[in-house]
Amino acid sequence: MSKTLFDKVWDAHVVRKIEGGPDVLFIDRHLIHEVTSPVAFLGLRNRGIRVLYPERTFATADHNTPTINQDKPVQDPLSANQLKALEENTKMYGIRHWGLGHYKNGIVHVIGPENGITQPGATIVCGDSHTSTHGAFGAIAFGIGTSEVEMVLSTQCIMQPKPKKMRITINGALGKGVLPKDVALFIISKLTTSGATGYFVEYAGSVFEQMSMEGRMTVCNLSIEMGARGGMIAPDQTTFDYIEGREFSPKGADWDKAMAYWKNLKTDEGAVFDKELTFDGSEIEPMITYGTNPGMGMGITHEIPNAEQVEGGKATYEKSLGYMGFHEGEPMVGKKIDYVFVGSCTNGRIEDFRAFASLVKGRHKADDVTVWLVPGSHVVEEQIRKEGILDILTEAGFTLRQPGCSACLAMNDDKIPAGKYAVSTSNRNFEGRQGPGARTLLASPLVAAAAAVTGRVTDPRTLIQ
Amino acid sequence: MAYDSFNILRSTAVPLPIENVDTDQIIPARFLKATERVGFGDNLFRDWRYNPDNTPKADFVLNDPTYRGKILVGGKNFGSGSSREHAAWAIYDYGFRCVISSFFADIFRNNCLNVGVLPVQISAEFLERIFAEIYANPDTELEVNLPEQTVTLLATGEKESFEINSYKKENMMNGFDDIDYLLNIKSDIEEFSKTLPL
Repeated sequence: MSKTLFDKVWDAHVVRKIEGGPDVLFIDRHLIHEVTSPVAFLGLRNRGIRVLYPERTFATADHNTPTINQDKPVQDPLSANQLKALEENTKMYGIRHWGLGHYKNGIVHVIGPENGITQPGATIVCGDSHTSTHGAFGAIAFGIGTSEVEMVLSTQCIMQPKPKKMRITINGALGKGVLPKDVALFIISKLTTSGATGYFVEYAGSVFEQMSMEGRMTVCNLSIEMGARGGMIAPDQTTFDYIEGREFSPKGADWDKAMAYWKNLKTDEGAVFDKELTFDGSEIEPMITYGTNPGMGMGITHEIPNAEQVEGGKATYEKSLGYMGFHEGEPMVGKKIDYVFVGSCTNGRIEDFRAFASLVKGRHKADDVTVWLVPGSHVVEEQIRKEGILDILTEAGFTLRQPGCSACLAMNDDKIPAGKYAVSTSNRNFEGRQGPGARTLLASPLVAAAAAVTGRVTDPRTLIQ
Repeated sequence: MAYDSFNILRSTAVPLPIENVDTDQIIPARFLKATERVGFGDNLFRDWRYNPDNTPKADFVLNDPTYRGKILVGGKNFGSGSSREHAAWAIYDYGFRCVISSFFADIFRNNCLNVGVLPVQISAEFLERIFAEIYANPDTELEVNLPEQTVTLLATGEKESFEINSYKKENMMNGFDDIDYLLNIKSDIEEFSKTLPL
């Protein structure tokens, strides 16, 4: 029978099916961080059980780490306590830990792929909804709760009903200044934040085939923002070239065996999806959000829709625009910006900094804008230096911070002040997400760069050749 | 972690007719720094419930003594966003045992089931009826019957059934969690791991 990519990977990991209930799913790789793991370890201790396969779990500190002075003690006692708990827990149970200061430290969804931990055909989970990122490699990857973190630590399995399958196909050439982030924000704006709930998405078509691994990660990362548990893209030569030679990727005969398996990881001709959607890539513009969920986005040259034009209740829509201080029918271009944040598991990779630098090169940071540039990992940070990007940034009046989740969720000191506007390359524009009262406009690194040099929402196409 | 078993719940309910209530609203990230599962109820809906100076916002429903009960009734797409189980913990710790909505985000639904909060999905029409009844009479009681899989507006007898898979239903009714199940089949899991393709 014809199978989808998702079916192939899922079915290969089902330990048992429970009648009228979920599947018991074996998890190949488990990523943990300081925020959603401590209660899971506490659970292990309370039950007096060990970690079944410690070598399958990888730990990093990222969510509440500072992005300056990482060599000094962490000031916030609660954050310091969580970091200490992760260090002690991983030591106690024999789990690999790349903590603050370690040269491999960084955002969990950046370091997984960077080190070859993320591989095609694998099942990957983490107590973080943006685990969907790893689907870019043809893995089934999704976020879980802390109870499930405890399940994976103790039994390497979780219990999940098999989701429905959706395929989103986009062909056609992307226009000037349109980045993978725009493709994702475009899809979410069409589907709304709940349009893919209950589904696992496969992205197909020439737009994704031609994307770099970094771009595919950005797209898969944002799958959760339309409600999907995860998204995946069939592995191809781009994928294999990215993985080869990384620390945890297979070597020698193991590589050949893996390649033989990975090359079959694609949706068979005639395989059936529960839902199929198709879009035209040439219709996608640089995107920006104007509201308080990622589905409230539009082409940057558009005007904020009226309540009647959007799905959902008028009261909720008005509450959202009220929070943002925006009005129906207004253009976004020209709006004053206070902060720019480039980073996060969505757009904190080398390609994102290349894009940002390509626009700010030869220009200068606008005086009244605060700009936080936060690489996703030390490896990204190092690459920024190596490629000369840091020189371009410095010349244009920018500084680089140290890796971490930072202002994406503002668990550390990187908080956007109440009422201020931030163009952010992160993933969520929820109320208070970037700090209590903060107002977030989600966008690509190019739109962020255009805002950083003009101090306003600016169509990047007007600034690039 | 063990939780109270769930069978038939009769209670007044708290209405929150906002759509897309995300887990950052249920519990903002800055309150996720604990290493134990205690006290999350105090910060449930923190930024909707309290002013920056920590005084309660009088117009938020949790600060309005008119509305109370063990059931939270929310708008469509409740629990979207982050996978933080802390959101479900906060709801449980505050004293809710059931959330009713016309649509739930996946991870949040799963997290609720794992910590003893019953997510009950009903039609948009019935949800509107429930909101209307609560606003007309805040003392109106709902009955959530897990064995029968029904929700009833007791004042009028209006009733709707809801879905839950039989495995999770059994767990909720007995206060069991998935880890108990998985630990029991550990040897099967170890055998299975030897058959993986890579």
